[in-house]
Amino acid sequence: MTTSDKPNTDAIIVEGITKRFGDFVAVDNISFSVHESEVFGLLGPNGAGKTTLIRMLTTLTSPTSGTARVGGHDVIQDATAVRNTIGVIPQALTSDPELTARENMMFHAKIYGVPSRDRDALIKRLLAAVDLEKFADSLVGKFSGGMRRRLEIARGLVHSPRILFLDEPTTGLDPVSRTNVWEMIRRLHDENHLTILLTTHYMDEADRLCDRIAIVDHGKLVALDSPTRLKDSVPGTDVVEAEFATAPPNWLDDVRALPTVIEAKEQNGVLHITSHDGPALVGALMNFARDRKVTVRRVTVQGTTLDDVFLHYTGNQLRDEVGAGARLDISHLYK
Amino acid sequence: MKIYRISAIVERDLRKFFRSPALMMTSMVFPLMQLIVLGYAFGGQIKNVSIALVDNDHGAEARLVREDMNAIVAGPKTFRITDYSHLSDAMTDLRAGFVKAIVYLPPDLSSRVLRSDRPRIAFIEDNTDNFAVSGVLERIQQIQTSLNGPQLPPLQGGQLIPQGLLNGPNLPAYIDIQPIEVYPYIEYIKYLLAGSVSISIFVVAMIGGGIVFIDDKARGLHEGYLATPLAKSDLILGLISAGAIKGLMAGLTITMIGGLLAGISRLWDPVRLVYLIIVLGSTALCMISFMFLMMVRVNDPLVPRAIFGVLNTLLFFPSGAIYPTEGFPLWLRAISVVDPFTYAVHALKNLLLKNTGFNGIYSDVGILLAFSVVFISACILLFKRQL
Repeated sequence: MTTSDKPNTDAIIVEGITKRFGDFVAVDNISFSVHESEVFGLLGPNGAGKTTLIRMLTTLTSPTSGTARVGGHDVIQDATAVRNTIGVIPQALTSDPELTARENMMFHAKIYGVPSRDRDALIKRLLAAVDLEKFADSLVGKFSGGMRRRLEIARGLVHSPRILFLDEPTTGLDPVSRTNVWEMIRRLHDENHLTILLTTHYMDEADRLCDRIAIVDHGKLVALDSPTRLKDSVPGTDVVEAEFATAPPNWLDDVRALPTVIEAKEQNGVLHITSHDGPALVGALMNFARDRKVTVRRVTVQGTTLDDVFLHYTGNQLRDEVGAGARLDISHLYK
Repeated sequence: MKIYRISAIVERDLRKFFRSPALMMTSMVFPLMQLIVLGYAFGGQIKNVSIALVDNDHGAEARLVREDMNAIVAGPKTFRITDYSHLSDAMTDLRAGFVKAIVYLPPDLSSRVLRSDRPRIAFIEDNTDNFAVSGVLERIQQIQTSLNGPQLPPLQGGQLIPQGLLNGPNLPAYIDIQPIEVYPYIEYIKYLLAGSVSISIFVVAMIGGGIVFIDDKARGLHEGYLATPLAKSDLILGLISAGAIKGLMAGLTITMIGGLLAGISRLWDPVRLVYLIIVLGSTALCMISFMFLMMVRVNDPLVPRAIFGVLNTLLFFPSGAIYPTEGFPLWLRAISVVDPFTYAVHALKNLLLKNTGFNGIYSDVGILLAFSVVFISACILLFKRQL
């Protein structure tokens, strides 16, 4: 699904929103909009202001200046309507560990006023959707991080929201759990036509899930577009790796002479070729090998990644976060 | 064992200690507070005990008694006097806990003195509060000694008491004080029961309204609630109601078990049980809402743990659970007036020790509910709906 497939209506409109904590500007005059049924990512390093931004949009904190409308409701003037419209899965695991999965779901269903006749079936369906049906009556405190995160996503959907906010949905999860969560988010989005706004600092997550990505750094919006266009916007090179069965003499020099090649070198029988245009070089390389009757064993192209985009727009300086975002660790009290 | 490792642990712990105001308060403020509160809460001179005076005599002896009693009201202030016309009214208020003792001057007191016909004053005491009543009785006995002493003429310097004055017709008839205990003997364990029940409710309030509330906040559970359409009042009233139910259950359990252990009679009286539930429920509501008010802006999970002991000392001991408030200095009495424990303990003592019925609890229940309304309103006002 691409942005161009979607109707041009906006589920979220952010206009010049700013949040200050004393002298510190966490979010600095950011404006953007999220289309209906779009998966929109806020990508940025730690301390970039992503969580503060999502908290303002979910009415958990007030903007210092600027406005935002979520589902057509103003986040300041009409916060209750916003809360009724959205589902929120915060960064912290907020499901109650002393309750079972079903009890957690039931609690939220009651808070949102889901009719009692619909609750049981709805909860069963949602737990099935996140593959937790057989753990419905297990205490959440015994769940793995991935299971808890899936439960939170199901819980966030209990009142059938139009817009879902996910703050760092896969932080702290192992690769298998991350993949499961990604698939689940994608499936839920496709089945329910949800508008999803998620924050992440994982490039692969943003690349895989999001229709459009806003890169945020130092509280400012530094880039916004689809993952493909963002990658295209970065000036850089592709790396082509090729392995041949029988290479004639001077083969390396011949390859170096091909168009778009910047540099080529051989290492352990594998050619590493840097090019201005990887896909074009692959075509030329294959034709050249066929003409010279050289058997090609393997060719790969490593294009520009979101890592490159991220580094291009945010630099490679380490970001540290102190104070406002830090949460007290009391896990020792529960051992 | 390596010294440098041990010293590293010592250094780490000291750094944490000096960076935590809550820990420093627990270790330094709490013992000082305990010293001051306990030091003044026990063994102080009994003052301002409410007693009833029923004067059905109005004769010369009755006037003497009243004068002596007024002298004590003006001097050592051991008691305050409320005049009653009828003994039955005074008895009703004694049973309801409004007065701790009745000094009853019978209609024929003065004439019996004149006739030397075994004159007697009745001292009817609420023996559920022996500390306070014994202080009053001591003063009444001093008045008795004064009344029974010889009528001495003014003496000049060096003049001796005339012969025969200390016996014979100059000596008035001996007025007897007849103490009457309204209730059967009350063991100290029964006296303590009301305090123990209150403590059980306080502990539930402290854990549910303090420790768990702040822990949930620190774990991020509240962030989950705050993103929903819950209003401040929904959240506060929901949490407080749950805490009050838990407090009521704890209080009722301790009342029953403690009552059986202490030997409280007619514990299963259904009417008394209803009144007990009213008192325990209003106490639980008041204490949990007080605790939420204390914690409404707190985020550090150490704080409720640190102030647990402080609050316990500051609220329990001034309540009169262990020693009557009439023995407290003025500042400690002021605390007891605004301390919900005081009213809980008073009402529970009335029900458990005297089985007073509604008469003995309505004012305490009213005050506890009034406190609750104030605390809950303040909670809703101060609670931050956002992070």
